[in-house]
Amino acid sequence: MIDVMKHESLKITNLHVAVEGKPILHGVNLEIRRGETHALMGPNGSGKSTLGFAVAGHPKYEVTEGTIELCGETINDWSPDKRARQGVFMAFQRPMAIPGVKMADFLRHATTNVRRPDRKEGEDLIPMREFRKELRGKMEQLKMDMEFARRYVNDGFSGGEMKRAEILQLAMLMPKFAILDETDSGLDADAVRLASESIAQIGGDEMGILIITHHDKLLEHNTPDYTHVMLGGRIVETAGKELAEELHSQGYDRVRADYPEAAEAELGVRS
Amino acid sequence: MTETATQLGFTAEAFNALLGSRKEPDWLTELRRSAFKTFSASSLPDRSEEEWMRTDIRLFHPERFAPPAIGDASASSEEIVEPLLTRGVQLAGRTAAVDGRTVVDQLEPKWADRGVLFGSLGRLVAQHGELLRPHLLARAVDPHADYFSALHAAFWTGGTLLYVPRGVVVDEPFHMISSLNDGRVDLGHTLVVLEEGAEATLLAETASADERAGGLHCGAIELLVGPNASLRYVNLQNWGSGVWHFARQKALVDRDARLQWTIGALGSRLAKVNQHVALVGPGADVQVNGVMFTQGKQHLSYHTLQHHEAPSCHSDLLYKAGLQGHSRTVWRGMIKVDRAAQKTDGYQRNDSLILNSNARADSIPGLEIEADDVRCTHGSTAGRVDEEQVFYARSRGYTRQEAIRMIVTGFFQQIFDRITIESVRDALAEAIGRRIREYE
Repeated sequence: MIDVMKHESLKITNLHVAVEGKPILHGVNLEIRRGETHALMGPNGSGKSTLGFAVAGHPKYEVTEGTIELCGETINDWSPDKRARQGVFMAFQRPMAIPGVKMADFLRHATTNVRRPDRKEGEDLIPMREFRKELRGKMEQLKMDMEFARRYVNDGFSGGEMKRAEILQLAMLMPKFAILDETDSGLDADAVRLASESIAQIGGDEMGILIITHHDKLLEHNTPDYTHVMLGGRIVETAGKELAEELHSQGYDRVRADYPEAAEAELGVRS
Repeated sequence: MTETATQLGFTAEAFNALLGSRKEPDWLTELRRSAFKTFSASSLPDRSEEEWMRTDIRLFHPERFAPPAIGDASASSEEIVEPLLTRGVQLAGRTAAVDGRTVVDQLEPKWADRGVLFGSLGRLVAQHGELLRPHLLARAVDPHADYFSALHAAFWTGGTLLYVPRGVVVDEPFHMISSLNDGRVDLGHTLVVLEEGAEATLLAETASADERAGGLHCGAIELLVGPNASLRYVNLQNWGSGVWHFARQKALVDRDARLQWTIGALGSRLAKVNQHVALVGPGADVQVNGVMFTQGKQHLSYHTLQHHEAPSCHSDLLYKAGLQGHSRTVWRGMIKVDRAAQKTDGYQRNDSLILNSNARADSIPGLEIEADDVRCTHGSTAGRVDEEQVFYARSRGYTRQEAIRMIVTGFFQQIFDRITIESVRDALAEAIGRRIREYE
């Protein structure tokens, strides 16, 4: 890996986020460098997905305090599309269906925009032949049927198909930083293994990856450099991969006991 | 402009001048006279009538329009609006009218040799009066139905006829275009007769020279599809945003015949259209596709009727509308199943995508079923572009406008998937794409 990349990071500092006026995140600190894999764990409702949406720039997720920096630039005010074009990607837990739009067409447009961040609407897309060839290669790599590319985006997809489609998008868009929000949910054991391998392969050592998960299976091929536990809208503990293993096998009781204040905030968020 | 064109209003004088200028069979003159009588005795519909409740025409003043100029003296093919549906298409024949006057009238000799009649209805009805008498304003559209149908039947000029004899399969489409200059009038009539086992495709366009042009169209379409015949009919209505558009359109579909009828409704200030499909022979199969896209202050009101008169017929109607600006659409659909029409399979659906909170879509599906062994379903949806879809696309690098355009295009794709004519799919997609761009 080129040294300069290592200095490129997605840096979240004292991030407070509210959704429709309701505070969800209460000061999150997290820095992901390119090439690193981070696992983000925590009980339902602790704010993991909120962090993902805030970084991706969802307009409903209002940053009330703190900063999100991409390679040294504060991106709090950037539109979601600018963030995507500058190398931020989120794999959705529940991707949206776009009926009538073929996966291949959707991806060709997206890939062009991300590779040519200054592209204006109406300018040429990546030539069809070139794009198809690349897409076919990636789909073979992910053991996906080409038929998939002809289907409408997430329309009538099974839970598993949606997750695989998200991984395909990751593979085509090759972001600098990827947040994978429960990309393992809804998948059977074999599919999780395949997903885990695929992510490792795609990510290589140039992508900074934040894996939001409840399980350790997705981490099998993506050994986290850091594991973070989120509780009540804060990251309360950060350690290595052994923390992910502990949380997967023993749950969050120990964490709740250790961080009573955050555990209380968690109840507040839930009520 | 000829002198007659400056006489405003659909008066007795204008009517007599029209009759005097035309050499038509007596039966047709009689038909016109009787329609003019009905017209003179009727008044404009008002909002107390169910069909007009949602459609306000108080600003429509027929006396400000002149019947189409008589004779072809000032007709010029240079005034024809560029057609949208013919790109890359080899045509079997074409007609073009400007302000209700036919200026292009062509049929490929190889089809003429097979007995096909195609071209100006005014010319052909003079030559083939007895052949057309049982069909023209006799079986499908009722000249006496209301003010507008009577106005049309009395004053129609120009128009297009397609007549395909028994068993003749025309594998190239026909094309007709009616163009309007600002403030002018088109009262074109379209008559299609397919004899038993005949097959044909007719692409019909109506358009204004300027997209903001005004004018009046009061028309009728009659599609008479004989036993085991197959017709694909497309009409793309792309009048200027000041045009009043009133039309009665009816198809009679006979035993084992097939009709695919696609409507593109993009233009006009106000449109009030009755689209009526009658399945009159067992085994008839009809697909209706409606694509509407409105903007500004447009008001498009489409009233569809799928009338199952015979058993074992299938009808499938899908209308999709995209609305922006302060525009409004009204779709009122009815499936009517007669007592005799057992084993009917009928479907109707209307989906509207509202791009601006000032726009409004009314969707009123209805069923009227007298037979007991039928399957009829209907549905309608209306909603805004889903902001979660927009965000999803933006998170993949799409700008907001790109995302909206993609979502709207996708919305219409379901109906494009049903349209089997590539040039029509492309033209509609392009026209809609251009309009969404204008929305920015």
